[in-house]
Amino acid sequence: MKKPNILLVDDEVDFVQTLAERLQLRGFDIHVAHDGDSAMSQMDSSPPDIVVLDVMMPGLGGLDVLKQIKSQLPKIQVILLTGRGSTADGIEGMRLGAFDYLMKPIDIDELIKKINASIRSPS
Amino acid sequence: MTAQSKWLRYFKLNFFNLGDEKDSEDRYRLLHRNMILFMILVTIVPLVLMALVNYHQYRTSLKAEIINPMRVLSSKTKHSFELFVEEKLSTVRFITSAYSIEELANKDKLNKIFRVLKKEFPGFVDLGLIDYKGIQVSYAGPYELLGKNYSDQSWYHEVIVRGVYISDVFMGYRKFPHIAIAVQLGNDVSGSCILRATIDTHQFDNLIAAMELDAESDAFLINDKGVFQTHSKFYGKVLDNCPFSPPLGNYGNYIAEEKDPNGREIISVYTHFDKMGYSLVLIKPKSVILKTWFTLKSEMFFIFIISTVLIILTIFKITSFLINKTRDADERRELAFRELEHSQKLSSIGRLAAGVAHEINNPLAIINEKAGLMKDLIELTSEFKNREKFLGLTNSIQKSVERCKTITHRLLGFARRMEVQFEVLNVNDVVKEVLGFLEKEYVYRGIDIRLELDENLPQISSDLGQLQQVFLNILSNAIAAVADNGNVTIKTWDQDPETIGVSIKDNGTGMSEETIKHIFEPFFTTKKGYGTGLGLAITYGIIQKLGGKIKVESKLGEGSIFHVYLPKKAPLKSSE
Repeated sequence: MKKPNILLVDDEVDFVQTLAERLQLRGFDIHVAHDGDSAMSQMDSSPPDIVVLDVMMPGLGGLDVLKQIKSQLPKIQVILLTGRGSTADGIEGMRLGAFDYLMKPIDIDELIKKINASIRSPS
Repeated sequence: MTAQSKWLRYFKLNFFNLGDEKDSEDRYRLLHRNMILFMILVTIVPLVLMALVNYHQYRTSLKAEIINPMRVLSSKTKHSFELFVEEKLSTVRFITSAYSIEELANKDKLNKIFRVLKKEFPGFVDLGLIDYKGIQVSYAGPYELLGKNYSDQSWYHEVIVRGVYISDVFMGYRKFPHIAIAVQLGNDVSGSCILRATIDTHQFDNLIAAMELDAESDAFLINDKGVFQTHSKFYGKVLDNCPFSPPLGNYGNYIAEEKDPNGREIISVYTHFDKMGYSLVLIKPKSVILKTWFTLKSEMFFIFIISTVLIILTIFKITSFLINKTRDADERRELAFRELEHSQKLSSIGRLAAGVAHEINNPLAIINEKAGLMKDLIELTSEFKNREKFLGLTNSIQKSVERCKTITHRLLGFARRMEVQFEVLNVNDVVKEVLGFLEKEYVYRGIDIRLELDENLPQISSDLGQLQQVFLNILSNAIAAVADNGNVTIKTWDQDPETIGVSIKDNGTGMSEETIKHIFEPFFTTKKGYGTGLGLAITYGIIQKLGGKIKVESKLGEGSIFHVYLPKKAPLKSSE
């Protein structure tokens, strides 16, 4: 099975670069965006299979990006990352069509499990 | 500011506005005392004034009512006396007009007239004719008074001037009290004579006896010189000097309150005769007069005492009732203030904690990923020097991150705005479920869990997960607090139409008051080393969110009891 193409979107550059590197080490095809707008333009040029999306971002927020994805590219699976330690954002995201959510700091094995699950699941 | 309002202000300040610096128990005691004093002042003082006024009025009117009959009796008796004397005078006058001087000078004739007189008018002692020189020329009576010369006596001159004379009582030759009546006959001085009759004053005693006085009272006649004209029961015999001195002149009626020589308080009524220089004196001791008054007075006094006692009792009852009410209200208000303060404090601490936790979460995520990447790289490089050591280090970093994450997540959970999922549930079931999680521990330690669950507890609308969290926190604390083989009692009941109650009681170590104060604050823990100090803070937050209340009572060494009150219906808004 081909490793999925993943777009990581987070404004914390240090975090998102490191996470990208770790996922690449595990054979994933990773792209990175640091805010909602650039994420949207990247998706337009080369749509990924999965987007891992931070909820709290300056400018276009995670939930707004999620809404746009779901309206424009409904095939893309979205996994949300929340930093507020609250399930509320996660639940709200899932209501809007996200596949699942994780609370920061994340466990990489947990993330990979969810990525794999989302590929298997029909979008 | 007027003097009055100044005074009023002073009064208020001192009476009702009590300084805050005083100990509160003292304050209530002072307020209590002042209220009692004030109420007694405004009730008893008018009562006393009224009683005094009544006392005086009653006394005055009662006295008037007693004195009046005395006055009437005196007047009546005076009239009797006057009538008596007048009658005797008329009789003598009649003789002077009916007979000539010659007839009266005739001894036989005079004797005959005297016999008739004595028969018809008792009291006459003798009858005599005295010529203008003052020599008794004719006499009828029991004594040998013929030829006696009266010319040097004062009454003789008076009768010459006035034509009529009535003497004071005297003993004279006859040696018993009597009065003399003398009337002039004839017009020209050289030819005129005087008819003189003496009358036994025994008749006076009869008139006084007719007054029917009681044993304590006395009545007698005195002349203007203050000499007794009749016997007095207490104060002397005829012709003794009277110890009382009536006012001078013809005064009609005079009433005096005085002391008699024997020291008795008396009321005396002096009645002066119109035509003679006599006064009738009627004396009654006050003790007799005021006997009725004393009875009335003691009744009034009795009523006064009873009403005073009743008033004071009522005042004491009312004031202690009011003070207790005030104290209760004050205490409730203070408690409400404390609770408000407490919840505000908790919510601001919560907000602060959430802010800090959120800020820490991001760098924590970075540390986690960096350490993760290091680990990945070490694992991928087979020939890495100190491989095992580095793997251990990164693992330890990740474990620490995990610990921090637990804390930040719980911190956030304490204050976060979380959607509460309301569902209809039975609190008894929730309690049993939670006990299931803890079973291993309490069974192992031999702790006796006693369930007193209300079988008919109504179902409530609440969040199952959150309630589990609440009971788990409280129960694990209880289980931690008791010694092995201790006991924990869980009780549920239907509190009122809106709420149900759950209490969790343990016989463990208990808490000090200082601990109770801080028990719901985040990071406050007594479990040194292994507690986060968030359990009860989260519990508090959840119960607030569910619209309930939590209270705790505890005593060091005796155990603690947590009361949780939950609304039966979901609160309208479930925000923080």
